[in-house]
Amino acid sequence: MLSFVLRRLGTMALTMLCLTIIVFFLINLDPNLKKLAISQTEMHTSAEQLESWLAGHGYRQNFFVRYGQWLGVMPKQPVTDAATGKPAQRFSFCNDPLVPTYSGILQGDFGCSTKFKTTVASKLFPALSATGILMLCVLLVMIPISLLIGILAGMREGSRTDRTLSVASIASTATPEYVSGVIFTVIFASWLGWLNGSAASASQGITFYNFTLPVMTLAIYGIGYIARMTRASMVEVMTQQYIRTARLKGLSFGSVVVKHALRNALIAPFTVIMLQFPWLLTGVVIVEVMFRYQGFGYTLVEAAGNNDIDLLLGCSLVSVFIVLITQLISDVGYAFLNPRIRVQ
Amino acid sequence: MQVEYISAFNVILGVIGRFWPVWIALAIVMGASFAYKKKLGLYGQLFDTGVGVVGVGICLFWLFTAIFASTVAPFDPLAQVPIMKDALPGGIEPVSKLVYYFGGDKLARDVFSRMVFGSQIVLIIAPAATGFALMVGITLGLPAGYYGGKIDTVLSFLANLVLAFPVILLFYLLVTPGIMDTPIPYAMAGLFFLFPIIFFSVLFWTRYKNRPDRLYILLGLTLVIGGWVYAGLVFDADPLKIVHIDPNQLNIFVAVVFASSPGVFRIVRGLTMDIKTRDYVAAAQTRGESPWYIMLWEILPNARGPLIVDACLRIGYTTILLGTLGYFGLGLAPESPDWGTAIKDASRLLRSFIHPALPPTIALMSFVLGLNLLADSLREQSMKD
Repeated sequence: MLSFVLRRLGTMALTMLCLTIIVFFLINLDPNLKKLAISQTEMHTSAEQLESWLAGHGYRQNFFVRYGQWLGVMPKQPVTDAATGKPAQRFSFCNDPLVPTYSGILQGDFGCSTKFKTTVASKLFPALSATGILMLCVLLVMIPISLLIGILAGMREGSRTDRTLSVASIASTATPEYVSGVIFTVIFASWLGWLNGSAASASQGITFYNFTLPVMTLAIYGIGYIARMTRASMVEVMTQQYIRTARLKGLSFGSVVVKHALRNALIAPFTVIMLQFPWLLTGVVIVEVMFRYQGFGYTLVEAAGNNDIDLLLGCSLVSVFIVLITQLISDVGYAFLNPRIRVQ
Repeated sequence: MQVEYISAFNVILGVIGRFWPVWIALAIVMGASFAYKKKLGLYGQLFDTGVGVVGVGICLFWLFTAIFASTVAPFDPLAQVPIMKDALPGGIEPVSKLVYYFGGDKLARDVFSRMVFGSQIVLIIAPAATGFALMVGITLGLPAGYYGGKIDTVLSFLANLVLAFPVILLFYLLVTPGIMDTPIPYAMAGLFFLFPIIFFSVLFWTRYKNRPDRLYILLGLTLVIGGWVYAGLVFDADPLKIVHIDPNQLNIFVAVVFASSPGVFRIVRGLTMDIKTRDYVAAAQTRGESPWYIMLWEILPNARGPLIVDACLRIGYTTILLGTLGYFGLGLAPESPDWGTAIKDASRLLRSFIHPALPPTIALMSFVLGLNLLADSLREQSMKD
């Protein structure tokens, strides 16, 4: 088991290395750098000035040198001030060292956000904790509801309850966040006026009034999928011999479902819930933009829209890490929950 | 000048009336399918369940709407009639006396016409991109599952690499105006569009290599048609100027294929690993058939059931992806009538007007729902056998 986890961690590190190189390459394409230079300098700058801004801020060094600096395996060089000839900080707002130092991801330095004029760490981590709260609420709503729907539907295959709930869960998987968000806003905010169509005030304090719509919108897309998986797993378990034995012993249907079927039927949904995280991540971006909630997704969109290189790299690192770590947890957890599976 | 309105009942009647070519086509196809359902195999079995009928009905409805869009829609999707700005549903346009059934949006365009024309964009890009993703996934998934070993390790690593990207980040990196100045989208298009040509060439070669008369015709056709489309799509150099794709759309297309082919790859790989242990594969191996013959003519036809179901779900998922692109204003032109862009425009003004938001959302939802219902009943029917 330990060697399996270690090997998976190794693959994970390799994957992250490859992905960050790809992201680094795509963000640093020439048109993107030009766009950054234009947004950072005054309007109507000439091509030479843009070029000198890029060179002056160290964007024209060798690609691998810059990647190494970002990663922390190459020393970060301070730039030279053209007027005085002395070493200077690249960006005054985030305390770059004035002597060459190893300062990258491996040392815990995420770099400098050009859009928000601060360090990436001071922007990214508050945003992550805000999104964490949102995710927690979503999971607290999504998991019980979807498991309940799945179990009720799979308990008696082919019954009317099963058909109704199945169609309902198919409908919910056909509703992406930007669709359900609009529909919920129309119903609950515009017509009924019960809830707030914007979660911008949630960063001051979360209330039922401003936080329900984002949570509902995010949960609804996942509910259908998890419910369908739970149903399939439940249907399979209910056809097993030991269920029939328990029924023939004279146990009531309810107690067979709760005591015998449920535990075995919940192994598969565990994996599915874990693998839902990558999907939730995309949903988070849509919902945070739609409801103006200042979290991770909002930061990602701002970073991508303004070509904020270090911030976008930080965001991609975090999201890729979340995807890979949930995959690992789902594999290891599956082996623990189902002792018949032996990992080699 | 005041805009006159018709009643809600007349709006409903009018909308149903506008769809007349769709109803006729739908009636013909559904009627014929019901009449001959015994002879239509898996497709005919779909008509045994209510869910299947509804799924087929919704999909065909949008298909015919896309085909007859110019007849169904009363207005041009980009035409602006200033007096109709933010008009409520049922407003009568003073000059032509035609009705803005679902009202006007903030740029005074007809919401109904935009919804109808939006279906064209979705129904071209989503199935086509899914088709290419299937080709890429099958061509790479078969050898990975069949041979295993190093090929499998490398290809699976690459697939997992792409799957570990959150889709939204991938799109923000791949679908930007800046990237059109670099050769990256064209290189990727060149790579992806090569797969169908390879696939069909190998398909015919393995089957007919001892029958040159057939082989040369089929291979020739594949290479000529494939090469023609390839030149038109990748280099925009179609000598007859028929095959042409907008650079923006090429970029979207490539990004969507890139995002969804690893999923197909994983499914095909899993199916191949399962099927290759069957007796008929062993029999073919004993006969001395070549590996590619076994993969394409023994394994692939037996994997078709799950693949068809997956293709249906994947078209729906691609539709959602296209909507996401539109919602973030990536790739598609800002005035494009596709559903995602329309939802984005309308959702910003939800506080003042809700009517432009509902038609595109309901259209997108119903189309994806139709595909999901279709996939669900296909799965149920193919499990019965």
